[in-house]
Amino acid sequence: MGGALLAIRDLFVEFKVYEGKLKVLNGVFLSVREGQRVGLVGEAGCGKTTTMKCVLRILPSPPGRITKGEILFRGEDILRMPPRKVQRIRGRGISMIFQDPTAALNPVFTIGDQLMTVIRYGSHDSLTRREVRQRAIKALAEVQLPDPERIMASYPIQLSGGMRQRVCIAMALATEPELLIADEPTTNLDVTIQDQVLRLLNELVVRRKTSVIFITHSLGVVREMADWVYVMYAGNIIEGGPKGDLFREPLHPYTRGLMRAVPKLTGGGIAEGIPGRIPDYLDPPPGCRFHPRCEHAMPRCSQKNPPFRPVREGHEVACFLYQE
Amino acid sequence: MEPILEIKDLKKYFVTSRGTVRAVDEISFELLRGETLGLVGESGSGKSTTAYTVIGIYAPTSGKILFRGQDISVPVSKRPKTLKRAIQIVFQDPGTSLNPRRTIGQILELPLKVHRIGDRNDRRRRVVELLRMVELPEDYIYKAPHMLGGGERQMVAIARALATEPELVILDEPTSALDVSIQAKIINMLLDFQREMNLSYLFITHDLSLMRNVAHRVAIMYLGKICELAPAVEFFENPYHPYTKMLLSSIPVVSEEEEKMKPEKIISQGEIPSPVNPPPGCRFHTRCTERNGICSQELPGMVRVREGHLVWCHLFGKKEEG
Amino acid sequence: MFKSPTWQRRLEGFRRGWYKFSRNPVSVVGLFFVLLVSFLAAFAPYIAPYPEHAGRFVNFREASQPPSLKHPFGTDVFGRDILSRIFFGFRYSLMMGVVVLSLVVPPGVILGLIAGYYRGTWIETLIMRITDIFLAVPPLILALAVCSVLTPSVFNAMMAISLMWWPWYTRLVYGLASSLKHEFFVQAAEVTGASKFHILFREILPNCVSSIFTKMSLDMGWVILIGSALSFVGLGAQPPTPDLGTMVADGAKYLPDQWWIAVFPALAIMITVLGFNLLGDGFRDLFALEEI
Repeated sequence: MGGALLAIRDLFVEFKVYEGKLKVLNGVFLSVREGQRVGLVGEAGCGKTTTMKCVLRILPSPPGRITKGEILFRGEDILRMPPRKVQRIRGRGISMIFQDPTAALNPVFTIGDQLMTVIRYGSHDSLTRREVRQRAIKALAEVQLPDPERIMASYPIQLSGGMRQRVCIAMALATEPELLIADEPTTNLDVTIQDQVLRLLNELVVRRKTSVIFITHSLGVVREMADWVYVMYAGNIIEGGPKGDLFREPLHPYTRGLMRAVPKLTGGGIAEGIPGRIPDYLDPPPGCRFHPRCEHAMPRCSQKNPPFRPVREGHEVACFLYQE
Repeated sequence: MEPILEIKDLKKYFVTSRGTVRAVDEISFELLRGETLGLVGESGSGKSTTAYTVIGIYAPTSGKILFRGQDISVPVSKRPKTLKRAIQIVFQDPGTSLNPRRTIGQILELPLKVHRIGDRNDRRRRVVELLRMVELPEDYIYKAPHMLGGGERQMVAIARALATEPELVILDEPTSALDVSIQAKIINMLLDFQREMNLSYLFITHDLSLMRNVAHRVAIMYLGKICELAPAVEFFENPYHPYTKMLLSSIPVVSEEEEKMKPEKIISQGEIPSPVNPPPGCRFHTRCTERNGICSQELPGMVRVREGHLVWCHLFGKKEEG
Repeated sequence: MFKSPTWQRRLEGFRRGWYKFSRNPVSVVGLFFVLLVSFLAAFAPYIAPYPEHAGRFVNFREASQPPSLKHPFGTDVFGRDILSRIFFGFRYSLMMGVVVLSLVVPPGVILGLIAGYYRGTWIETLIMRITDIFLAVPPLILALAVCSVLTPSVFNAMMAISLMWWPWYTRLVYGLASSLKHEFFVQAAEVTGASKFHILFREILPNCVSSIFTKMSLDMGWVILIGSALSFVGLGAQPPTPDLGTMVADGAKYLPDQWWIAVFPALAIMITVLGFNLLGDGFRDLFALEEI
């Protein structure tokens, strides 16, 4: 594994609404090394998708606004790049798979048309029509779709959800990106199909050494998909570390609560979960945003946002319980 | 314990322009009073159709639904009012099960009004009581659903279902749209209500890990048929049906101990075929790793592998019943 | 019983609504035009410089005067002040729109609700096929026919337009209701045993209101245009009624030399129609629900 391919530093984002400003991201730190599979877990509304929208510079603005921070891709700040360069990065540097493959595919064009367009505009070298077509067929074969020729001529509606998501994976990987962002790609799929898609995705990125940011709300899925896991809560990365260590011994009280709340195959009932709900972004609690729901809250938790610091080898956490 | 709900050879077919969809194809099971039966399956398995037929949104094509021994195999519009009071449902997505243009108070009052429970003031008191029961603040009666979080909305939906003091509640994936930390709270609340009011739950879900912790018994459906039905613990420790094993081995888990629970890895393959033209013989044979000649020709019959543990699979046909 | 109880809540709701509405400046422009036109129409007798010019009035000494300080929009061939006549013209235009819509919307909406809810039954077939028949006749042509057979008058024109206009509301609400009927909140009400009346008017209808209002606003513009068109061809309002369409028709004879006689009333029609059209978009924003 090499140096940092992508580094998000101290990212702040606000949304302007009628009532005032929603302080959605509150200093996000995250980095992805070359060839690394990074998982980003968090519950609905924690800011996972907003963070990724900043990376691709597709944050709707207004109402959204990046107030502070930098996003370095190969050492260059995406937030301060000219639009042309960003466009190039979106095509070849970073590509994305979305949660809903139905929305990601245009219903009035065939899979072949859409895939070939992506290859033609995203590819590094100029290709003839035939070469584009061959690459498209190869890309479909790689995602283990049976009979790629037939799939090329089909419309999205003729495919099942699992097949559509495979097509999206083929599209995202067709331009050989350095970083793949997968935003809840299997959330809408059945568990047996999810298993197939995850195995496929894993196989492809490991073979090509593509770096991945895998966004999900499911701890189980992230455990299968990542080497390194970040946990996000209310606009902050609150914990990050190597997968094995993090799952064996989660540190942050939020991560622990989350782990407890997951129903286990081994039984034992459902734990109480975490009291309260995600804070109001209009007026988030001062200090650590988790402190109103935290059983270990101390006086200083409500005064200062705990810095994100390593506790042991590579395992970082933003919690005062582990500092000084 | 006496069964509160009995399903006998229930069939529900839909006639569409592309052919007849065999959503539910001759299934039978019963639900005991105070019991939670988990009806598990993937999309297209017919689990939701079963639930909607029981509640009366659909009329069954054939077969019988008995509630407290009484035949209720008719759509909801033909059912007596007392029955509507006794059977309630919580839908999957609290975003769409609460009318966005009505206040929480109006939503909770409706079942009371329909069943003429109390006068105006009684009803208001009862609505506040219901809110308190699901641990929501009183002033929510004036709020619109979109001002609430997803978990809170589901609590309102649960309160609405319980407003008429039902005996049987159908839970149609009540937590699948919610985060796990909220799921925990809602599930625990549902379990408390079950104990306090002796409710029976028909719990529709795709989440097997959840059923391990919630259900007394679990039934797995695939393409309109039940594959396996067993007490929850037994079900997870001793799965028989190859589909059950495939499901279990596909579940992403969070710990090593759970990993060990999974049956030796059965690689998930293929996709669920269309219910318009289901495969002949055993519905699962197209994806089954252990299929043999008979599977594509004959429907497997029910096999009682242990007390209360039923499997529909040719692999176990010879052991008993023949 | 569970509606907003206090005036603070109502005020808050109003403020929030205004915020959503005013985020689109175009809707605000629309609202401004509509308010302006309504105000001028309502107070025409008090604010028009020459209220007596609205009706039968002749002053040939001041005939066909170009715009001046005395007559900002000039005068017509009878020497009547065009500005004053436009103010009164707004009254007829707005009345026409309001009367037609209040005749058309209630039956159209109710039929649409019923047809949508009973989709797939003979009730739907009956209502929707009748609707189709009415939709096949263009309102302007029918109005022309009715007015040329009967005596041309504003009343007959309005009746003719109304007769042809309700199916549009039936269609709109039918489409909405037939998809809303499958929403879980409707299923939940059915399962509880709520009455059909409750389901149609308390569960489904409130979710159609935003589209109905938007369409009504757009239709105000249309009805006014059709009314003006009828007057223009002489089948609507009859002289000396200060109708905007009649005024344009009369003025057209004197183009381009005495351009003001036709152009100002035409602009007045345009502002009214544009105002209602822009307002329509604003309604959609206003009724949009925002998640937290």
